[in-house]
Amino acid sequence: MSDLLGMSVAEAATRIQAVELSREEYFDAWRDAAAGDELNAYLWRAEDRAVESDGPLEGIPIAVKDLFCTESVPTTAGSRILEGHRPLYTATAVRKLTGAGAEVLGKTNMDEFAMGSSNENSAYGPVLNPWDPGRVPGGSSGGSAAVVAGGLAPCAIGTDTGGSIRQPAALCGIVGLKPTYGAISRYGMIAFASSLDQCGPLTRDVTDAALLLSVMQGKDLCDSTSVGIEGGIEAPGREDLSGLRFAVPTELAQDAIEPGVRAVFEATLKRIEELGGEVAEVALPHAEHGISAYYVIAPAEASSNLARYDGVRYGMRAEADGDVVEMYESTRAAGFGDEVKRRIMLGTYALSSGYYDAYYGRAQKVRTKIAEDFAAAFGSFDFVVTPTSPSVAFGLGEKTDDPLAMYMNDFFTVPMSLAGIPAISIPAGLAEPAGGGPQLPVGFQIAAPAFGEQKLLDAAYALERAIGFDAKPGVRADG
Amino acid sequence: MIEHEQVLHVAKLARLRLSDAEVEKMAGELSGILDHVDRIGELELDDVVPTSHVIALENVLRPDEPRPSWPRDAVLEQAPDPAEGAFRVPSPRAES
Repeated sequence: MSDLLGMSVAEAATRIQAVELSREEYFDAWRDAAAGDELNAYLWRAEDRAVESDGPLEGIPIAVKDLFCTESVPTTAGSRILEGHRPLYTATAVRKLTGAGAEVLGKTNMDEFAMGSSNENSAYGPVLNPWDPGRVPGGSSGGSAAVVAGGLAPCAIGTDTGGSIRQPAALCGIVGLKPTYGAISRYGMIAFASSLDQCGPLTRDVTDAALLLSVMQGKDLCDSTSVGIEGGIEAPGREDLSGLRFAVPTELAQDAIEPGVRAVFEATLKRIEELGGEVAEVALPHAEHGISAYYVIAPAEASSNLARYDGVRYGMRAEADGDVVEMYESTRAAGFGDEVKRRIMLGTYALSSGYYDAYYGRAQKVRTKIAEDFAAAFGSFDFVVTPTSPSVAFGLGEKTDDPLAMYMNDFFTVPMSLAGIPAISIPAGLAEPAGGGPQLPVGFQIAAPAFGEQKLLDAAYALERAIGFDAKPGVRADG
Repeated sequence: MIEHEQVLHVAKLARLRLSDAEVEKMAGELSGILDHVDRIGELELDDVVPTSHVIALENVLRPDEPRPSWPRDAVLEQAPDPAEGAFRVPSPRAES
C-alpha cells in the first residue's frame, strides 16, 4: 500500500494507462489516506469516485483548494459567508483536470478568500504543518501544500496572488508553481485580486507540476484575460544548466533572511554553478517596494470583488432589523473574518475620493517599474532566483498580532506577481529555525520571463535532480 | 495616521459594521500598514505609465452567439430568501 502512495503522479498515471495499476485501487488508497487528515487540511472529502474520463491524468486523485468552484460540492473560500455554498458550475481549471481523467479527492482549507500567509485566517481553523504541527503550513494555499507534504494527496492545485502557492510549498517542502498571468483560466476561481490571481499546481516534484500545468493551461472563452501557453508544456528533461544565466537581486543582501535559509540559498547557488549555470548579481531597484504596491493593489481589487457578498443572491444572510443596508452591514460583519475586513477597509480607503492618486495610482506606477526591472534583468539573464520565503515555517500565533510582519512573508514572491511572470519554488534543503528546533524545509524560487514556463520547468528539473531533496515530514498526520 | 472618524467613514463606504473595539484596532493597524506603504510616495514616478493589466492584450473578441444560461430556479435555490421568482430583501425604506 505504501508503495502505491509513494509513486509520483506521472509514474502512477503511466502505470494506470498501461493497465498495470487499477484506478479503483489507487483512488481507494488515497481516499483512505485522506481520511486520516489530522492537519485540518481538508474541508470536504470525496466518498466515491466520480465519472471516469480518460486522458493523461487517468485515475489521478487531486486535492483542490476551496477557492475553486465545484458543481454541487461545498465551496467556501475558507469563509463563513459562503458556508454550505454549493456552486452551480465548476471552474475551468478543475474541469480540464477531470476531463483529462483526474478525480477530485477533496477540497482544501485555506486563508479566507486567499488572504493570508499562514492559513490562520480560515473561518474553519488553521491548517497544521506536517513537519511540525505547532507551526503554520504557510498560506493561502496551506491546505493544498499540507496534503501533498503530509501524504494525504498525490498532488493539489492552489492559487497564487502574491505568493500563495510558492510560500506554502516552500514551508511544507514541496514544489509550487505560479504560472504566467493568463496561462490558466481564472473562470470559477473565486476572485480576490483579479489582476494578480493565478492558478497553479502544488506537487511532489517538478515533473508532476509540468504534467498538471500541461493539462490546465489554455485559452478559455469564459476568461477574456486567459491566453494559454503557446506550444503547450512537455515533461521536463534537462540534465544540466550549462549556458544558462541566473540573476540574484543585489537588494537581497539588505533584507532579513534567516541564517539557515541564507545558507541553503547559497549552497543552491553553488549547485547551479556545478551544473554549468552562471550566477551573478542584478539590480532590481524597485522590488523592495513590491510589498507597498501589492498591499494597495490587492486590497483595492479585493474591496471591489468582495462587494458581491451582500446576503442577497447566495451565501449567508444575517438577520437584521431595519432596511436593506442594515442587512448588508450585518451580513458582512458576521460573515467576514478580521483579515478580510482589514483588507476591505484598506482597499476602500485607497480607492476613496482624495486618496486614489496617492495610493492606487502610485501603486500601479510602481508596478510598472517593477515589471521594467525584471524586463531589464531578463535582457541578460535567463532567470531571477531568490529564497522563496525569508524564514522557514513559523509558529502558530507567532505573527497574528502584527499584520505588517505577516505581510513581509511575501517579500520575495510579490514582485513576480506584480510583474505577471512565472515562478516556481522547489525544496532546496533543510534549515534550523532562527529560534532553534528541528530542521524544516527551505524553498528556492526561480522566476522566468512571461510564458517561459517550459524553460523554467526544465531548469528546475535539472536543479531538483542535483539537490536530491528526499526528506519527509517526521510528524506524519497518521502518526 | 488614520483617525477614528475616517475608519467609520470608510466602513460605511464598504458596508461593514465594526464594533467600537474593531474601530480602535483598525485605526492602529491601518495606520501602521499605510506608514509602510507611504514609502512609495518618495519615488519619482511622474512620467511612469500605470499598469492595470500586466500581459499585453488587445481587442479580446468572441462570437456574439447566445448560449443557455443557468436555470432560474437553480439560481434562486442558492438565495437566502427567494420569493416569487426573485431575490427578496428587506425594504430600503424600513423603519430601523
